Amino acid sequence: MSVLDINKIRQDFPILDEKVNGRDLVYFDNAATTQKPFVVLEALANYYGHYNANIHRGIHFLAEKATSAFEDSRTTIQKFLNAAQKEEIIFTYGTTDGINLVAQTYGRKFLKEGDEIIISTLEHHSNIVPWQMLCEEKGCVLRVIPIDDKGDLILEEYEKMLSEKTKFVSVVHVSNALGTINDVKFIIDKAHEVGAKVLIDGAQASSHITIDVQTLDADFYAFSAHKLFGPTGMGVLYGKLDILNAMPPYRGGGEMIKEVTFEKTTYNELPYKFEAGTPNIADVVAVKFAIDYINELGKENIAAYEDELLKYATDQLSEISGLRIIGQAKEKVSVVSFVLDGIHPQDVGVILDQQGIAIRTGHHCTQPLMNRLGLPGTSRASFAVYNTKPEIDKLVAGIHKVKKMVL
Amino acid sequence: MTINEIQDEIIEEFELFDDWEGKYEYIIDLGKKLPKLADEHKNQDNIIKGCQSIVWLHAYKKDDKLHFEADSEAIIVKGLVSMLVKVMTNHTPEEILKSDLYFIDKVGLASHLAQTRSNGLASMVKQMRAYAVAYQAKDN
Repeated sequence: MSVLDINKIRQDFPILDEKVNGRDLVYFDNAATTQKPFVVLEALANYYGHYNANIHRGIHFLAEKATSAFEDSRTTIQKFLNAAQKEEIIFTYGTTDGINLVAQTYGRKFLKEGDEIIISTLEHHSNIVPWQMLCEEKGCVLRVIPIDDKGDLILEEYEKMLSEKTKFVSVVHVSNALGTINDVKFIIDKAHEVGAKVLIDGAQASSHITIDVQTLDADFYAFSAHKLFGPTGMGVLYGKLDILNAMPPYRGGGEMIKEVTFEKTTYNELPYKFEAGTPNIADVVAVKFAIDYINELGKENIAAYEDELLKYATDQLSEISGLRIIGQAKEKVSVVSFVLDGIHPQDVGVILDQQGIAIRTGHHCTQPLMNRLGLPGTSRASFAVYNTKPEIDKLVAGIHKVKKMVL
Repeated sequence: MTINEIQDEIIEEFELFDDWEGKYEYIIDLGKKLPKLADEHKNQDNIIKGCQSIVWLHAYKKDDKLHFEADSEAIIVKGLVSMLVKVMTNHTPEEILKSDLYFIDKVGLASHLAQTRSNGLASMVKQMRAYAVAYQAKDN
């Protein structure tokens, strides 16, 4: 039994009262985006309603209040990741933006022809394409860590790939399609042994796993606010201070400069060097409330309850004949991907939607992974702390209905 | 039958269903009954872009009229496609280009038309019209 009061938690999320196609909404698409609690919605309304102002350069009351709320979020995130300094926290538009920033600045400056970049078969397209673009431009070589049939990375193969040619490793912490939790500590340590830098794509991990960038010794860690009950269009890139300092700026514009003349511009210090233009102030301010909300519930409590849901769902779904769970890694977050014999995932999604159940179907932006698994796609149910076992029962009944209707 | 007469017939058929289940069972049934597209037409050129499941559309002209044959991996899409094929087949390119496909909305399936990225019904309609334009141009 969970120490959390799930019914009380559910009341914090107004969207859970919505009806979909006349039924109570069952929201199992949390790996795509999580829903937002009142505290986050109120933070957004409060910011716009009471202290909206452009930050950092204003001298008036509102500007100072907005700036202080904005920088409070940075400190909250610093603690959330256990980063050594708040200057190591760069605000981005999301995980994808953070990965692109690293590829386009660190990558373009420090990588050269023949250098090797290692990613894995589990990557989301956003941790593949930025590196492919860099490889195309610089003549680097992209190498891919294979997986076994259960969806675990084959780390012996990774170790064999590492050499003095390896200059960068960019690997997902948790697979969005299968839920696999990767041993990123091991991956980072091994990469450092050959002098390579490491970026961890934490999009799926940030709401489920306690992240300590110093213990991990990650060089970069990227995640998105909207996957941890925060607003969309806001993300974080953590980078080690000395590496960020050595990197050239990404976008040019206001805020990121120290002094501009038509002859030469000198750049601002960290973290502002990477935050050109008016940032996404409201969403940055609101993310603090999402993280406070998580901290109040306790990440360990959330993880324990989600594990309970995962186990229950895995057991219940396994009993459905013709259903095959895709991804049975040793360590998983609360994601269940599955296929049904003779039924296309899209049909599963459409018929469940008619019953008010939201899941995701398709390739989950991981086409190379789907090719490796020999599947056009899967149906994926992903759970958050506000989901319940009776909802999983509805999913099971819903899948039986899909089978009855289609087969 | 004109395009509108066929549409009206489909609308009338759907009036029999008072819940989503009946409606979707009917669509699934249409999908199952749609004749299989010959393998030679299941080629890369005939794939409709923008669908979550693969949809193939083959078009040809016979006696001034366009004919469509289609297939999909997903059964509900196949049922939807089957209705489109029924409405659009055996009409001249001019008739197809002038047509207003109101049946999708009337039978309560407009959301399928809007979700272009997931099931591509809109892409399918667009492709049918593109064939009509192409055949019209070829004749002139």
